[in-house]
Amino acid sequence: MGEEKKIEEKRKEIKITPIKQGTVIDHIRKGQALKVLRILDLIDKDIDFIVSVAMNVNSSMGKKDILKVEGLELVNEELDKISLIAPEATVNIVRNYEVVRKHRVELPKMAKGIVRCRNNNCISNQNEPLIPEFEVVGKDPVTLKCEYCEREMRGEKISDNVI
Amino acid sequence: MYEGFKKDHVVRIKDFTLDEMSTVFDLAEKMIPVAEGKKKNDDLEGKLLATLFFEPSTRTRLSFEGAMKRMSGSCIGFAEPGTSSAKKGETLADTIRVAAGYSDIIVLRHPHEGAAQLAANFSDVPIINAGDGAGRHPTQTLLDLFTIKREKGSISGNHIGIAGDLKYGRTVHSLTNALSMYDTELTFISPPSLRMPDEITDALGRKGIEHKEVDGIEDVLDELDILYMTRIQRERFPSEQDYEKVAKTYLIEKHMLEDEMCKEDLTIMHPLPRVDEIAADVDLTSHAKYFDQAANGVPIRMALLKLLSEG
Ligand SMILES: [Zn+2]
Repeated sequence: MGEEKKIEEKRKEIKITPIKQGTVIDHIRKGQALKVLRILDLIDKDIDFIVSVAMNVNSSMGKKDILKVEGLELVNEELDKISLIAPEATVNIVRNYEVVRKHRVELPKMAKGIVRCRNNNCISNQNEPLIPEFEVVGKDPVTLKCEYCEREMRGEKISDNVI
Repeated sequence: MYEGFKKDHVVRIKDFTLDEMSTVFDLAEKMIPVAEGKKKNDDLEGKLLATLFFEPSTRTRLSFEGAMKRMSGSCIGFAEPGTSSAKKGETLADTIRVAAGYSDIIVLRHPHEGAAQLAANFSDVPIINAGDGAGRHPTQTLLDLFTIKREKGSISGNHIGIAGDLKYGRTVHSLTNALSMYDTELTFISPPSLRMPDEITDALGRKGIEHKEVDGIEDVLDELDILYMTRIQRERFPSEQDYEKVAKTYLIEKHMLEDEMCKEDLTIMHPLPRVDEIAADVDLTSHAKYFDQAANGVPIRMALLKLLSEG
């Protein structure tokens, strides 16, 4: 192993130190980690877990973000919501420093309360007592259709409109 | 009594099955003498219709109120946004809950897209969408289809040309989607900058509906059974000159319909109001059916009011 490669290995270790127990979300699209935290409701909440974020990490498939939540095992249902903005994400549940379960996020059929409609004229943007709701109508790219105005939204537009 | 119709509300045309549409058309056909005032009817006696018009649309409102009264029902409501509670900051959800408390059916017209869906979520009584936002207007589509059926005997089997602003006009989008449930041939007539959106033509392709796109009405006029004209709006063009150039080619005049230039039984339709698309000299030809089309709005709305109030 060349000297440079060794240093690179070391750097990797520092960035992604293992956790004893919890959830590691890997392969998040570059720049989306904080939005993923928002969708998982791990930002505003009064939480006791250590959350660490690595952004702009080099990987074989280009740059990516990584997220770790120590002491909390997130369930698939909650995690699938993040597939709207991070469809390639993989979730690792770690116990005693070992990955005990690996899961690739799956697109839900409906997305309720995660993003808002980008159509200003939509009734869902007028202070009415409703939760914005979308049907997932496309996978690649992820495409959402508003249940109210039927306007479609895909790609970056979705992450721009995370509630 | 009407097994083919299972709706609680009429929100969008795409929620309708073929069965439901034909139930509406059959009943509307029976209602024509009532709509024309030739036959008395008291099917909706004692029923109260609330027409909540958050933006003005006199024609649509009169058509609903006329339909209700011809069936011995009564109407309440407002027609001017200035008089509505929304001005005082009340949510639509609250207005609907209140109105549902003292009426049997609600007809809603609202400037925001998706308003009828919201209303349906909050209402205990049936909601009929009379237009929400950018032109979603299921009763217009139903009366368009009903007109084709009445003029031609059936909807399937016709070659239908749809002309005008096909890019932004949501009336023609709903019409096209609804026509795709039948076996028709479609030709879209528009300037290249105002073509039918891909998502609509793609959907036609998937359903195996034959369709083509042309620039001018005369490219296809002699093949058509139905010509559905719509307005091209001035504001869609960068300059007045550009608009004038296009507007001239999207005008139907009597001399275009002579001899063998079109089928003898060509039917010309238009959702009205027209501006410059159809010259007045066309009105007296046998092709002009746009006023009959407008009149068909009353029996269609009668049928819906009856189906929903008995459901
Ligand atoms: Zn919307």
